[in-house]
Amino acid sequence: MDPFDLGPHAGFIVACYIITFSVVAAVIGWVLIDRAQLNAALKELEDQGITRASNKQNAS
Amino acid sequence: MNGWVSALFLRELRLAVRVGGSGVVGVLFFLAVVTVIPFGVGPDLNLLARIGPAILWIGALLATLLGLDRLFQADRDDGALDLILMSGRSMELVVLVKCLAHWMATGLPLVLAAPVFAIFLNLDPVAIGAVTLTLLVGTPALTLIGAIGASLTVTLRRGGLLMAVLVIPLAIPVLIFGVSSADAAIHDPVPFLTPFLILCALSLIAAVIGPFASATALRFASD
Amino acid sequence: MAFWDFANPTRFMRLTDRVLPWLIGACAIAFAIGLYKSFFMAPEDYQQGDTVRIMFIHVPAAWLAMMCYSVMTLSSIGTLVWKHPLADVSAKSAAPLGAAFTFISLITGSLWGKPMWGTYWVWDARLTSVLVLFIMYLGLMALWRTMEDPIKAGKAAAVLTLVGALNLPIIKFSVDWWNTLHQPASVMRLDGPTIHPDMLIPLLVMALAFTLLFFTLHLMAMRNEILRRRVRSMRQKAAASARPAAATASTQAAE
Repeated sequence: MDPFDLGPHAGFIVACYIITFSVVAAVIGWVLIDRAQLNAALKELEDQGITRASNKQNAS
Repeated sequence: MNGWVSALFLRELRLAVRVGGSGVVGVLFFLAVVTVIPFGVGPDLNLLARIGPAILWIGALLATLLGLDRLFQADRDDGALDLILMSGRSMELVVLVKCLAHWMATGLPLVLAAPVFAIFLNLDPVAIGAVTLTLLVGTPALTLIGAIGASLTVTLRRGGLLMAVLVIPLAIPVLIFGVSSADAAIHDPVPFLTPFLILCALSLIAAVIGPFASATALRFASD
Repeated sequence: MAFWDFANPTRFMRLTDRVLPWLIGACAIAFAIGLYKSFFMAPEDYQQGDTVRIMFIHVPAAWLAMMCYSVMTLSSIGTLVWKHPLADVSAKSAAPLGAAFTFISLITGSLWGKPMWGTYWVWDARLTSVLVLFIMYLGLMALWRTMEDPIKAGKAAAVLTLVGALNLPIIKFSVDWWNTLHQPASVMRLDGPTIHPDMLIPLLVMALAFTLLFFTLHLMAMRNEILRRRVRSMRQKAAASARPAAATASTQAAE
């Protein structure tokens, strides 16, 4: 059995896998970019000297 | 006990009838939807008679949704909602009474107008009776389900469109059984009573879920 | 109770920091095995031919579309009943994932339908209920985006999620009923593919891989959401200290 011969409907099968892959990649990309942006924002705020509520006591 | 319920009911009814006359506007919108559909699908009377119940139901659904966004928002804007919440009365009952009054002011006119509009759509007398009966039973369910959406979007300035998006998926069962029981009365693939009784059941379910969910949402929105 | 150990966001971040690499590794291995098996081991179906390979992503995606709503339902109960501080974080980060997997299952379903049914879309009971589920996911995401206060948005969305969970069986039942009424004669009816053991194993491996993928992404999205709330509260603090007159009032309100 030749695994690369997908029969008469190869286009549909390949399209399925490509679309699934791109949707999953988009979600992973969204999560990673979101994290990078949030970490940058957090770092910027901390550099400005703003601390989180949990370690407020030793901040002031 | 009964005093405040009837007082609230009369207040809601007076407000709904006097301010803006939303019932009349709803019927006008219903008429506009019914008029516009033949321009879309063509003036073929046989086709219109076949899809007539569906047109009337979709028109009623849209007209109900459009009127709902002010159900709690007007009360929130003038502070009446906070007073009602603080009064210590059962919020579920308050929501149910408000929905009932709202239905009397906006839903009932739609039901009464449906037989007239059905003539435009070439429905025969049996079909007109069936559609009117299903609308009479089904539109309270639409109002009660819509109340959930209205209370979820009560804090938003322009929540009307979002409310419609949230409510329409929940209203699909009512639409399906409303239209299919009206269809069943015209050409009977199934007896009329089966889908009609399920429609009644859906209205009763909505009368339980709707007040509970929207009372919960209103409590969360206010604190 | 172990459940409450996750209640502290800082502890949750530390725990997931340790768990996530393992989860990512397991997910990658499961996908490698699943993809290998579904392309090289699974035979062609005598009826569907090679298009049965679409099933190896369609069925897991459809399973996740439903599982994700169950996760959101449980999280909503957590928000409303136990007031668990991470429950609305979990529900909020699950919604886009659920929408993504529902989208995948709709697309792959219609791409499977074109060679099998001869058309991309039929108003079949299963397809229609999944479409309704998709609209509900998008509606929930819209509700979250339009409400500013994350706590209030979480509660409103929890109410809507629970109402949806009560309604989904009713919607499924009524769509089935509607479908039997309007059965078009021309469309060939294919019930769920008959499962041969050679196909069942790749299918199960792929389902496991997708489930691991979901939990990996869900944990990562939850971490992002916690970070987002930290940034939000720090920004509010920064804005409050920028206006000294309002500072005391708003820090008191924040506590």
